[in-house]
Amino acid sequence: MNRPLSEKSWQYRQLNAQTPGLDALSDALLELVQAGEPVVAGTADLQYSNGLAKFARECPERFVQFGISEQNMVSAAAGMAAVGLKPYVATFASFLALLCCEQIRMDVAYSALPVRLIGHHAGISLGFYGTSHHATEDLAIARSIAGLTVVAPADGAQLASVIAASADYAEPIYIRTQRGRDPVVYQAGKPFVFGKAIKHLGGKDLVIIACGSTVHPALQAAKALNAKGHSVGLLDMATVKPIDSDAILEAATNARMVLTVEEHNVLGGLGGAVAEVIAGEGLPVKLRRHGIHDEYSLIAPPTHLYAHYKLDSAGIEEIAAGLLA
Amino acid sequence: MLGKQNNRTANNSPLAGRAEFAPTGVELAMLKDKALFSRLEAIRLIEIAKVGHYTSAFSAAELFASLYYGVMRLKPGEPNWAERDRFMMGKGHAAVGLFPILADLGFFPTEVLDGYTRLGNPLGDHPDMRKVPGIDFSSGSIGHALSAGCGMALAGRILGKDFHTFVMIGDGELQEGQVWEAALFGAHNRLNRLIGIIDRNGYQLDGAVDDIITVEPIVDKWRSFGWETHVVDGHDIGAVTTLLRSLKADTARDRPVMVVAETVKGRGVSYMEAEPGWHLGYLDPVDAKRAIAEIKAMEIRG
Repeated sequence: MNRPLSEKSWQYRQLNAQTPGLDALSDALLELVQAGEPVVAGTADLQYSNGLAKFARECPERFVQFGISEQNMVSAAAGMAAVGLKPYVATFASFLALLCCEQIRMDVAYSALPVRLIGHHAGISLGFYGTSHHATEDLAIARSIAGLTVVAPADGAQLASVIAASADYAEPIYIRTQRGRDPVVYQAGKPFVFGKAIKHLGGKDLVIIACGSTVHPALQAAKALNAKGHSVGLLDMATVKPIDSDAILEAATNARMVLTVEEHNVLGGLGGAVAEVIAGEGLPVKLRRHGIHDEYSLIAPPTHLYAHYKLDSAGIEEIAAGLLA
Repeated sequence: MLGKQNNRTANNSPLAGRAEFAPTGVELAMLKDKALFSRLEAIRLIEIAKVGHYTSAFSAAELFASLYYGVMRLKPGEPNWAERDRFMMGKGHAAVGLFPILADLGFFPTEVLDGYTRLGNPLGDHPDMRKVPGIDFSSGSIGHALSAGCGMALAGRILGKDFHTFVMIGDGELQEGQVWEAALFGAHNRLNRLIGIIDRNGYQLDGAVDDIITVEPIVDKWRSFGWETHVVDGHDIGAVTTLLRSLKADTARDRPVMVVAETVKGRGVSYMEAEPGWHLGYLDPVDAKRAIAEIKAMEIRG
């Protein structure tokens, strides 16, 4: 039994070493602590999944382990904020936004306390763990809660920028993230501005509006289509609420069509938010909302699901090409 | 990570209830008067709203008066004073009995009470920390308050402050699962400046708590969860004040406290004490007059 395990074997606590991207959250929070911010970080028995294990190791006096008690975590975070701390609490987006919806509304948003709620492994990124662990409703839920800012960073660098910017942000924030394996979209250190979309490409035929995990594949798709002679733009709507209406209006005025792409139900999330702006202004632009079409996802490894639901670059290109045809 | 438990058991607080913490005769008279005032004002305010939670406020009247006039460290002119003791309640619907006390202490002008529940007034059926000076945490959805109190007590420790956090919860509230998440969390983190108070009035909307989903044995539950647990007559304002003061003074305690305050729902008005339907209701001024007379006679009745 003393034979060492194969290098290919691994256990849960080695997850962080295997997934360096998971350090982004801890590193950004540790920077805030070093800057003297009264930050505390907490999780509900998922410190290796969200990488807060590193924060817990390096700053144990500011780490709170809540155990499998998500609702208690959210309410207690509100209590901590009421006394002057800035709590960042993280768990799977499915549990945070759905299980703790009412605690978020009452204790965090209605009470207007600067709690940062980090819903990680959002969308269908937990693949074959199944519907209990998927969150294709969280943007819609969070968006409908008054006083709650909703952001979906595309990668670790943007998450770090969001965390840095959040230090001086008075409102509560729901931060939707993935599983620490995002392909790189942004360089580190780019300041994040809440409520401001990031324009990657302008487009005359079509503008794709994406957020979070769909920014990278949408950018690839837009570039591929442009290489074929189309004029396809890309907006990263990292702040889903308050939404950057001006950026949407500019895109919808200059292009014939708008395509929203989200790893979320097409009802109530990014596509819904964009539709509200376009319809509200009465703009004569065709809008297609792409994402999960009001159904429960199949079970499969995440990349297989992204291919199946056409949320990878090839799939988004196919959807966009269909509109352009 | 956490210190080992010292050899105190869950119920051998050396200071609890000791006579040195008892209010003086003058204080006691004042405290009783304030509990009476809370009840009478609740009747007046509910007359404005035309519906309200008389009985939930009446069972807690001595608890409110004891905390705000005899126990808590407060600066009414400075409601956000960082060193103040905190109070919140899971049974937020009893706020109609607390608002008059906050006004009386000077947290906001008493005229605000006169517009209770009217359009734009900060005072509604449930307390809102953003609107009402002196309210430390909003409530209304039962089951959250003990968690928020845990957060406050933990934050106090992290920030090196010595304030106490008082959380009143209803006995029916113990049916909410989140309460028990907080019970585990508070004990695990040894939140020794967290003092919970259960208003054990025995009734909830649909009937007697222990007919609906029993919460007994309450004391054994909290002790087994690692909370120092005490039982007190929640209408004996002298005993309540003595106990709460002694618990605040006990700096050697290594765990949170739960005080089970045995109360009577509707205390002070005979027909409300006898009829659980009064959880929510309205008294016509003719009947309110009789209720007021009964409340004023409480001292005689005992």
